[in-house]
Amino acid sequence: MAITLTDAAADRVKNFIDNRGKGVGLRLGVRTTGCSGMAYVLEFADEVEETDVVFEDNDVKVVVDPKSLVYLDGTELDFGKEGLNEGFKFKNPNVKDECGCGESFNV
Amino acid sequence: MALLQISEPGQSTAPHQHRLAAGIDLGTTNSLVATVRSGLAETLPDASGNAMLPSVVCFDSHGVAAIGVQAREQAALNPHNTISSVKRLIGLSHAEIAGSYPFVRLESTDDSVPRLSTAAGGVTAIEVSAQILSALRDRAVASLGGDLAGVVITVPAYFDDSQRQATKDAAQLAGLKVLRLINEPTAAAIAYGIDKKDSDTTIAVYDLGGGTFDISILKLERGVFEVLATAGDTALGGDDIDNAIVQWILDESGLGIDNDAGLQRHLLDVARNAKHQLSGSAVAELKVESGPSAWTGQLSRETFDGLIESLVDRTIRACKSTLNDASLNASDIEEVVMVGGSTRVPLVRETVSAFFKQDVLTSIDPDEVVAVGAALQADILVGNKPDSDLLLLDVVPLSLGIETMGGLTEHIIPRNTTIPVARAQEFTTYKDGQTAMALHVVQGERDLVQDCRSLGRFELRGIPPMVAGQARIQVTFQVDADGLLTVAATEQTSGVAAEVHIKPSYGLSDGEIETMIRDSMKHAESDVQLRMLQEQRVEADRTIEALDAAMQKDAEAFLSAEEKSQILSAKDTLIAAREGEDSDQIKKALRDLEAASQAYVARRMNATVGDLMRGTTISNYE
Repeated sequence: MAITLTDAAADRVKNFIDNRGKGVGLRLGVRTTGCSGMAYVLEFADEVEETDVVFEDNDVKVVVDPKSLVYLDGTELDFGKEGLNEGFKFKNPNVKDECGCGESFNV
Repeated sequence: MALLQISEPGQSTAPHQHRLAAGIDLGTTNSLVATVRSGLAETLPDASGNAMLPSVVCFDSHGVAAIGVQAREQAALNPHNTISSVKRLIGLSHAEIAGSYPFVRLESTDDSVPRLSTAAGGVTAIEVSAQILSALRDRAVASLGGDLAGVVITVPAYFDDSQRQATKDAAQLAGLKVLRLINEPTAAAIAYGIDKKDSDTTIAVYDLGGGTFDISILKLERGVFEVLATAGDTALGGDDIDNAIVQWILDESGLGIDNDAGLQRHLLDVARNAKHQLSGSAVAELKVESGPSAWTGQLSRETFDGLIESLVDRTIRACKSTLNDASLNASDIEEVVMVGGSTRVPLVRETVSAFFKQDVLTSIDPDEVVAVGAALQADILVGNKPDSDLLLLDVVPLSLGIETMGGLTEHIIPRNTTIPVARAQEFTTYKDGQTAMALHVVQGERDLVQDCRSLGRFELRGIPPMVAGQARIQVTFQVDADGLLTVAATEQTSGVAAEVHIKPSYGLSDGEIETMIRDSMKHAESDVQLRMLQEQRVEADRTIEALDAAMQKDAEAFLSAEEKSQILSAKDTLIAAREGEDSDQIKKALRDLEAASQAYVARRMNATVGDLMRGTTISNYE
């Protein structure tokens, strides 16, 4: 299994990292908090820890710590628009249910 | 599902705690709103893709009829009820408006605040500005998918206290929380990252907008901007350039525009179009077609430059006098920032560049640069970024959290969060009538408290007795710049509070910290299993306890002997499963018990509702 990005997500990430001027890639993770169990972490990655697992898809490096990978394996990151709003979406096959807003989830 | 944005490393916020912030350029002619998303500061366009909102509000007898583009279209048809350039009036008194803008129609009241006459009655400049701000707020809320925690609004450097206060009042009226007002030239400098420079520097900000011109000399010293001098011309801008072209067309074509408002507007459009063409090419094609009036012609860059030379010279004279005021020479200026749509005109860039003897900064859209700078500042002030003004920047080496039921760790401040930091989370009671709560503060990355380091314990007492889950206990973790952790717990309804001070990294060497992090990675799989098992066990305990309490009270009344034995046998299965190590088995036993007791729960519920309604009539519920 792995973590993948859609073309739209990869384009945006590359654009953001170029603009930011630094960063090796994107860090995905989960934290045990939130209204429905877990919450996603989506950050720029400036460094890769020894224990991190690194995936590469669509020319973007995705860095995940092994603890989070348990919950995230198989996830596809997408980028989409809803009206004027735009942002990233996690398509995570491990999720059993999530809170109404989708910011936190359960496995 | 929610749309997420990328955060800086270690800056992820908890769900529903994203702090949305925006920067607003409240301009004389146009206004904009910008925000920082995934580290990128950008203006937010409306549904048709326009970032600029014309600062025009149109009123009718019902109140506000239109804001922005639609209002501007009304300006010619309905001039008395269409208010534009209200920024020129904000914070001014009756006498000041009468002196500077005699054509403005004011209500003749004794009211201390001047009111502009419209079909909707007298409106203040503050109310009109608030309309523009609410339009931008609505756009930001729709674009960001949530309410704004705060905004930074830009004002001209020469605005006095009453104009600044009036701008703040307008924001408050529009339902915005103003984090700070910043000067427009300062915002432009921030957009170019000049505030990140290590050495002290002196810069000029040249702002030629639609109807106003400003030149400001700023000094950046230890990260703080000071306005050394500012000057300008409140009646000089892009409109004058357009009018110069219109005059040239009239001279060349021999057309007359006496009392022909339609032709006048058409000529202004032709002139604007020619101006935009000349920013990229040497010759502009002009075509006038309005009713009986028709004419075609060409305007070269050279002729155009000749038309506007005197206008540009006026701005340079203002630059000279401003430098004089600041006791500086043109050569003392290290950067020149260009702001305002009119700085796209090549002659303007060339002349300013020649005067300051350097290349001028034009890489950020001159219409958007002020809003972008304000957005960057808002993002810092709202707490989405470590405050760059702080000299002491440090991080929390290990996650900080508290113990929850089942010996699980709930992380409240994740490791690598920059300090100072404050995070809060709400917890609730586990049992009916619970009046005290033990808080165990722990540090570490592991899921089970026994594998983390205990930092301290304290108790919150005096919680009013309530049903389990109803108390709202806010637990706040605050780490100050010195790394001192304060954990406070407050029961929200009664206000009872308790707190404890801890120095979290005390006694831990770098090696120990590293071992703790490594262990958490090594045990990732098993920790997840343990967490799930532990969570199911807590759920099982809670269910059994609730069931026992209920059955003790009224099992005889609602259950047949057969039903009762079914529930008890499902409960025994759950108790057995709870002792095991298989979380799925506990989950299944829980579901079975829920199914077995479904009818019982329904009957109890009906009886409770019945009790409540007995003795009342239907009218009590109307």
